[in-house]
Amino acid sequence: MNYRLRLYVTGRTQPSQRAIHNLKALCESELAGRYTIEVIDVLEYPRLAENEKILATPTLVRQLPEPVRKIIGDLSDHEKVLLGLDLVPDEHNRARGLGRYREEEPKDDVDGSESE
Amino acid sequence: MSEMRELPRLETGIPGFDQIANGGLPAERSTLVAGTAGSGKTVLALQFLVTGVEDYAQNGVFVTFEEAPDDLMRNVQSFGWDLAGMVRDGRVAVVDATPEPGEAVISAGAYDLSALMARIENAVRRVGARRVILDAVGGLFPQFSDPNTIRRELHRILAGLRKLDVTTIVTIERTNEEGGIGRFGVEEFVTDNVMVVRNRLEQEKRRRTIEILKFRGATHQKGEYPFTIDSEDGVTIIPLSAQELTQSSSAVRVSSGVAELDKMCGGGMFRDSIILASGATGTGKTLMVTEFVKAAIQEGEKVLLIGAEESREQLTRNAEAWGVDFLKAEEEGTLKIISRYPEVMGLEDHLLQIKRDIRDFGPKRIAIDSMSAFERVSTQKSFREFVIGLTSHIKHLEITGLFTNTTSMLVGGESITETHISTITDTIILLRYVELLGEMRRGLTVLKMRGTWHEKEIREYVIDGNGMSIRSPFRGVHGILSGSPTYALDLEAAQLGSMFEADHSGS
Repeated sequence: MNYRLRLYVTGRTQPSQRAIHNLKALCESELAGRYTIEVIDVLEYPRLAENEKILATPTLVRQLPEPVRKIIGDLSDHEKVLLGLDLVPDEHNRARGLGRYREEEPKDDVDGSESE
Repeated sequence: MSEMRELPRLETGIPGFDQIANGGLPAERSTLVAGTAGSGKTVLALQFLVTGVEDYAQNGVFVTFEEAPDDLMRNVQSFGWDLAGMVRDGRVAVVDATPEPGEAVISAGAYDLSALMARIENAVRRVGARRVILDAVGGLFPQFSDPNTIRRELHRILAGLRKLDVTTIVTIERTNEEGGIGRFGVEEFVTDNVMVVRNRLEQEKRRRTIEILKFRGATHQKGEYPFTIDSEDGVTIIPLSAQELTQSSSAVRVSSGVAELDKMCGGGMFRDSIILASGATGTGKTLMVTEFVKAAIQEGEKVLLIGAEESREQLTRNAEAWGVDFLKAEEEGTLKIISRYPEVMGLEDHLLQIKRDIRDFGPKRIAIDSMSAFERVSTQKSFREFVIGLTSHIKHLEITGLFTNTTSMLVGGESITETHISTITDTIILLRYVELLGEMRRGLTVLKMRGTWHEKEIREYVIDGNGMSIRSPFRGVHGILSGSPTYALDLEAAQLGSMFEADHSGS
């Protein structure tokens, strides 16, 4: 499965630079060889931000695989980024978050999750 | 601090608003409009935008945080606002900041709203906008986990808009009519200019008001002003006293239709004056109206007659009995009769409707029979505002107005209408029943007339087939107006014969 990722940033600000750095590092370790990253500066391409209804920067958009996912922030919280990209091989999260693993023991979940 | 200098204003073009705002919104600043659901804040904001494009050739940007742009545009189509067309023509740009349905945003680290800012800025530059609205900014908060960041960022966005030289309206929802300005601690990001729109239930009537709480470094009218929202004009604010002082005074006289009454008034009514005829039922108020209308018709002046108690047919029939052909006058275009019962709508809407009738017909005179009928359907406050709004409007247009007022007591008496509107009218004519030596007679007096000499005596009048005939003054009688006349007894015998001097030899 190939990942098409787009990262919206604002100019060369620190959070933007951090987000770019964090994303690259994460992709190399988790998705080596099966990802593309496109970095978009909203100051240069506001129409693209308009089309994708981006409000915050940095915003990471997972365009492929579907469904589209958005993760905001400088991506310093690795665990949440992985979670947002559905990259966590974690039984617990799959059972609750994605609902595709019903045959596995349905865990009763109370605490907040990041799923839809 | 040096002394305060008035900031430049941006005239909005929203009817009545620029008057209560002493010229308009502080230019190139942002103003918060807070209101509960259904208070009309979004309509007000969109009208600001649409009026800018239509009347001032100022393009606009609207940023929506809650309602989808298509829905918003569709909703205001009923006002005749073609926002979609304006968007097509590049006069309005839309920034859609509504949440994507079913999309959960995961936050993984620090962020800001620079993308939103960039989008707004791009939209402003693209259409060359002068006016911007941010509608329902409260919708932004549930999309993000950290309200502090959002407040800080909104503050930054508003500061950014200021640099773009645009005048901005920001709307936010309130949960209550009273108390704090808005939700989400809005006071923290918009502090300069704040307005509140309200929609309250008062004595079973909806009453919309707008209040400017503050304009930093700029003056404005204080307190709540009523407004209406309707499909023709959108928001119309009724500025009341704000316009009262600017009225000019005309020295031109017009006839009341009763020659003797004109004499009593020193030669007729002033062109731009308001006359109040007050009396109990059957004293001849409607007749006075008929005479007034007749005089206008004879002069070839357009006259608008608003009946609040009787139907067109009744008014026409009555006039016919006094020899005035209303139907013919209507056909010829000098008269327009509108019969509208007060109960059909709120007073703010009545006012708007009457203003529209005046605009469409362009009369030189207007008669309202009766004004007190409108009092029945409203609170005292609304009624007073209605009267003030109407009188100042017609005086402004130099239209002569005759209002009637029905008093509840047969003899003597005073009504709320009298006390409420007597200070506003220029001329007051009292029509009273007088019980005299066991007989019911009628007496008339000019109680006040601004800016001229007028007769102060109480005169008898009779109503017959010729209309109203005013005769000589009552003599030797006191206390007619209070309803309990007393006679100067020692003079009685001498005066009985001469109580009414026979100066009407013809009658």
